[in-house]
Amino acid sequence: MSVRRLAAVQPESFTFKPETLEKANWWIAKYPDSRRQSAVIPILWLVQKQEGWVSEPAITAIAKMLGMPQIRVYEVATFYTMFMLEPVGSAALIQVCGTTPCQLRGSEALMKVCKDKIGPKDKLSADGKFYWQEVECLGACTNAPMAQINDYFYEDLTPDNLAQIIDDFAAGKTPKTGPYNGRFTSEPLGGATSLTDPSLFDGSLAKPIKIPNAPEAEKA
Amino acid sequence: MVGILEDKDRIFTNLYGFHDWGLEGAKQRGAWNATKDILSYGRDWIITNVKNSGLRGRGGAGFSTGLKWSFMPKEVKDRPHYLVVNADESEPGTCKDREIMRHDPHLLIEGCLIASFAMQAHACYVYLRGEYVFERERLEAAIKQAYEAKLVGKNNIHGWDFDIYVHHGGGAYICGEETALLESLEGKKGQPRLKPPFPAGAGLYGCPTTVNNVESIAVVGTILRRGAQWFAGFGAPNNAGTKLFCISGHVEKPCNIEEAMSIPFRQLVEDHCGGIRGGWGNLKAIIPGGSSVPMIPAEQCENLAMDFDTLRGLGSGLGTAAVIVMDKSTDLIKAIARLSYFYKHESCGQCTPCREGTGWMWRVMERMVTGDADPKEIDTLLEVTKQVEGHTICALGDAAAWPIQGLIRHFRHEIEDRITLYRSSKSNFAGHTIAAE
Repeated sequence: MSVRRLAAVQPESFTFKPETLEKANWWIAKYPDSRRQSAVIPILWLVQKQEGWVSEPAITAIAKMLGMPQIRVYEVATFYTMFMLEPVGSAALIQVCGTTPCQLRGSEALMKVCKDKIGPKDKLSADGKFYWQEVECLGACTNAPMAQINDYFYEDLTPDNLAQIIDDFAAGKTPKTGPYNGRFTSEPLGGATSLTDPSLFDGSLAKPIKIPNAPEAEKA
Repeated sequence: MVGILEDKDRIFTNLYGFHDWGLEGAKQRGAWNATKDILSYGRDWIITNVKNSGLRGRGGAGFSTGLKWSFMPKEVKDRPHYLVVNADESEPGTCKDREIMRHDPHLLIEGCLIASFAMQAHACYVYLRGEYVFERERLEAAIKQAYEAKLVGKNNIHGWDFDIYVHHGGGAYICGEETALLESLEGKKGQPRLKPPFPAGAGLYGCPTTVNNVESIAVVGTILRRGAQWFAGFGAPNNAGTKLFCISGHVEKPCNIEEAMSIPFRQLVEDHCGGIRGGWGNLKAIIPGGSSVPMIPAEQCENLAMDFDTLRGLGSGLGTAAVIVMDKSTDLIKAIARLSYFYKHESCGQCTPCREGTGWMWRVMERMVTGDADPKEIDTLLEVTKQVEGHTICALGDAAAWPIQGLIRHFRHEIEDRITLYRSSKSNFAGHTIAAE
């Protein structure tokens, strides 16, 4: 459990931008008519994309949109730690994975970089550009250590890589995502040890086949 | 040859994304081949063949997938049936479903169609963890392709009306528990439900539902295309098939790899991962199945077959087949303390033993890391893990207890040494008897 509260200072109001509204309706349409509440997490996330964080007026607006009691949206927003309840950096929200597989490969050194360059964790930086946190397993353990910055994964990082990435974000650039040690995705560094047989990719697997164990009637 | 499995027997042929993830590329690699024939043989045939293949659920519990499907009601009555795919991959060490969704999404979509048909479901939700933004965009794009090609949707070429939706999760570990996932999918906090009723009776929106892991579903198409006996031919008896392994931590080259079940651990890391960092002799311990299972010391790894039954026999488990390797430089107490923090952070707070216990265990573990503890507290800690284990609605309580139990079982001496070292550097410490001179 984490203790999570709404920010002390809240904006006066919240308005859905037309594109957010359009996306929200697209999500709502995925669920049965009487189950609009199912869209609450996707819509909270859309709001976070629009504003950078989830404010109290936004929670009220979502409750109204989905026909839910406000407290139920509040409950969801505070339960899921993915929702930021206070303003985050204008340039980047950096979430360094700190769980054991990343810790074993050096996530503590990455967090030191963040601390040195940005300041204490879970706080907006002095210039308002950055906000960093230590988060729990992000599910890219074979590419450890890694960080999620804004939406995407930056993997196989060294402290130098991360320092450069932070500098790039500060300069208004968007550094490339994915592994930083030269590999493509999660294959062994230096080249895959499998999936090299060309017959997998020449279309021979797309030829008509006969399904094994077919029922007798079908065989006839 | 490297490893045991040959390329021709690999299911996830685009595991690393070197090739086209899209529909054309996937078809070239055999996806969607003869899917219509498979459906034409009927749902009983599909379920029987999935059972015969020996496929056990790939999400951690290892329950027979075919058997799980057979628990769904035989007739659709007043409530629709649902298939829900658990893509809330957040077990530390595990990153296999991510590769399926971003690189081989069509195998998953095809599997969803086959499984939904077998369980008479016309709708399927894929509950994708919130942080997987790229994976969600990719899967949405693949689903769009499948709709456009009329492979899924109303009046599709397979003759079974079927809608597949990606649902956006909130990034909570607990939502990997199937009933918490359903709560979350209904737009609530992810707190597990009491069972019974089981999801097959009353699941999503109170309707019959089956929840399966991404990998369990994505392998089904290929299993039926190649035949149940083909899949059953890999691995030790009762541990059939091929499996995605995620090897992280102190190996030379961490990677994901599809291998045959029951592959020896040593072969797995030496053939695919360049071996243990610093050589085989530098291995200290492994956590073989994602963070929730107890660790195994190096001496048990020599001839270790990576499958459900062997690992269970050692008091651990295969879990998600995410192997976290730790070499001799590792501070095991600290590594486990970090996992304790993880469980404390991810406890949903519903059951008191877990809500209070995970925090308590973490705080004691942090003191064990520095050695600022009493040797008697090791037994107290062990006792508390037993009090949490089995006394909660879901298995998160167990998952928080087992890593600590594994540490104490195999490396109790390290904790004791740490305490002794701490005390030797202090002139006095809590509990120290000071003579009244």
